[in-house]
Amino acid sequence: MSESSYALDTDPRPGPLAAGVSVVRRHPLAALGVVIALVALWLGIREGWHELAQATLNGIVAGNYFALGAVGLTLIFGVLRLVNFAHGEFLTFGAYMLIAANALGLPLVVSAVVGVVVTAGLALSLEVVLWRPVRRKRVGELQLLLLALGLAYVMRYTISFVAGPEDRASGADVTAGVTILGLRIGRTELIVTLVGLAAIALVAIGLRYTSLGRQMRALADSIELSETTGIDTDRIVLVTWAISGGLAGLAGIIYALPAGTVNPQLGFTLILSIFAAVVVGGIGNAYGALAGGMLIGVAQEWSTLVINPSMKVAVGFAVLILVLLVRPQGLFGRARSVER
Amino acid sequence: MSTNGDPAPLLELDGVNTYYGQIHILEDSNLKVGEGELVCLLGGNASGKSTTLKTILGLVRPRTGVVRLAGEDVTGLPTAYRIRRGLAIVPENRRLFGPMTVLENLEMGAYLRPRADLKEEFERVYTLFPLLYERRSQLAGTLSGGEQQMVAMGRALMSKPKLLLMDEPSMGLAPILVERSFEIIQQVNQAGVAMLIVEQNANVSLSIADRGYVLSTGRIVLEGRAAELLANEGLRKAYLGR
Repeated sequence: MSESSYALDTDPRPGPLAAGVSVVRRHPLAALGVVIALVALWLGIREGWHELAQATLNGIVAGNYFALGAVGLTLIFGVLRLVNFAHGEFLTFGAYMLIAANALGLPLVVSAVVGVVVTAGLALSLEVVLWRPVRRKRVGELQLLLLALGLAYVMRYTISFVAGPEDRASGADVTAGVTILGLRIGRTELIVTLVGLAAIALVAIGLRYTSLGRQMRALADSIELSETTGIDTDRIVLVTWAISGGLAGLAGIIYALPAGTVNPQLGFTLILSIFAAVVVGGIGNAYGALAGGMLIGVAQEWSTLVINPSMKVAVGFAVLILVLLVRPQGLFGRARSVER
Repeated sequence: MSTNGDPAPLLELDGVNTYYGQIHILEDSNLKVGEGELVCLLGGNASGKSTTLKTILGLVRPRTGVVRLAGEDVTGLPTAYRIRRGLAIVPENRRLFGPMTVLENLEMGAYLRPRADLKEEFERVYTLFPLLYERRSQLAGTLSGGEQQMVAMGRALMSKPKLLLMDEPSMGLAPILVERSFEIIQQVNQAGVAMLIVEQNANVSLSIADRGYVLSTGRIVLEGRAAELLANEGLRKAYLGR
């Protein structure tokens, strides 16, 4: 509250380092922009501008599924204080539903829609048969966490049991490529990336400008306060699950199509980076998750210019650690911390 | 207003007993707020003030007893329904949606209202708090305590409530802002909104209230006209009796 910030402000002589850190804390996005520009400059001079541009493009491709995965995860956490470890399996499930629908003879585009819708339906059903009943019984937070972790395993191995543990073709043409301004991108990759960016824009616009979006953000901030302003919280929780699941399904499909193959580990390999995106953006903040997803995606791809690509997941976490050291509440988390 | 006898009070707690698990929090609570009245509910820490509010809002359900809004039994009905019946709250610590703008916070108070009425509600709130218009695109979490109070109050008024609940409006505010807050409370009440103010600060709330109740360890130990309570020596005793 005001008293405590008063005490902080009276720190008599901040050293130059502390002063620098405080500037970064106050203008996190500007500071981040400067850091990104400096890293880009260094990479561009060292590795060449064309390579940097290519890595950036790859980063945006990856950032798409991180961002779409992260926004659902962060909304569910914000609304229900539930760390949904099974979120990665929603991605896997979406990709497999695409393959299943495709195998039934539906065209790929229709199959993708089926994948998104069925995953949204799965998320909804889990709320009704699992999460709502355990919440009503006032199961503790640790138990919920373990329940989510357990659910992740159950889903992963159920998918593996039904569809087989081996790689399956996702059905898209992954050989055709396009060259734009000298940058290579797979044709499928280009299409799904544009779809992903459109989805991200839609989510951001929906959260900002629709009544439903504002209610979801209100719930993500405080469910009790939302209830006392008359919001039908049960309904918004259901909608949030559907959106979270649908976007996760879409993220899985966006990952699977250009990759050409899918296996039951798909979501598990991505979930840690998605968590990093959520935390970097500020837990519970949907815009933060979108930005965090892009940031993690680009950081990971840039890192492949100088280190072994198999280490790129660690780079995502290096970004996470750096952001948290300077801003424990994440990039967009400013306002939330003031309240309590 | 009503021609045949007393109209049903806006709010009535009738023999309410509320428990948290095995712990008996509210014991046989009886409380009324009439049309246009300004009533305060006084009590120290852990006297059951917050639980009373939560029971009124339906955030907790009483084990026995009845909560009525304008004569209608709402004991088993959800919070959202009660809000639709004309209840609104300015929560403790002026809780706002921190990551949302002032404008969005106000909108959250009014989203139950038809869109056509929104403009009118905004004008009413901006007339009462001109500063909020200037600050409308600022994030609520970045406001000062006094400004947050205005947003919380504005948000509650956006729903055009018949009865406004205020949870410790004086808490954590500088004395000058407390005075200003209570002026606004009085102003809103004079515009016809009934109020139930839950407070620790007995003097300032009784000075503007019509009637008051004093809660101590979950029981209403005193009630009466505000002027009588102000003069009552037992008040201090009951009050400090935890």
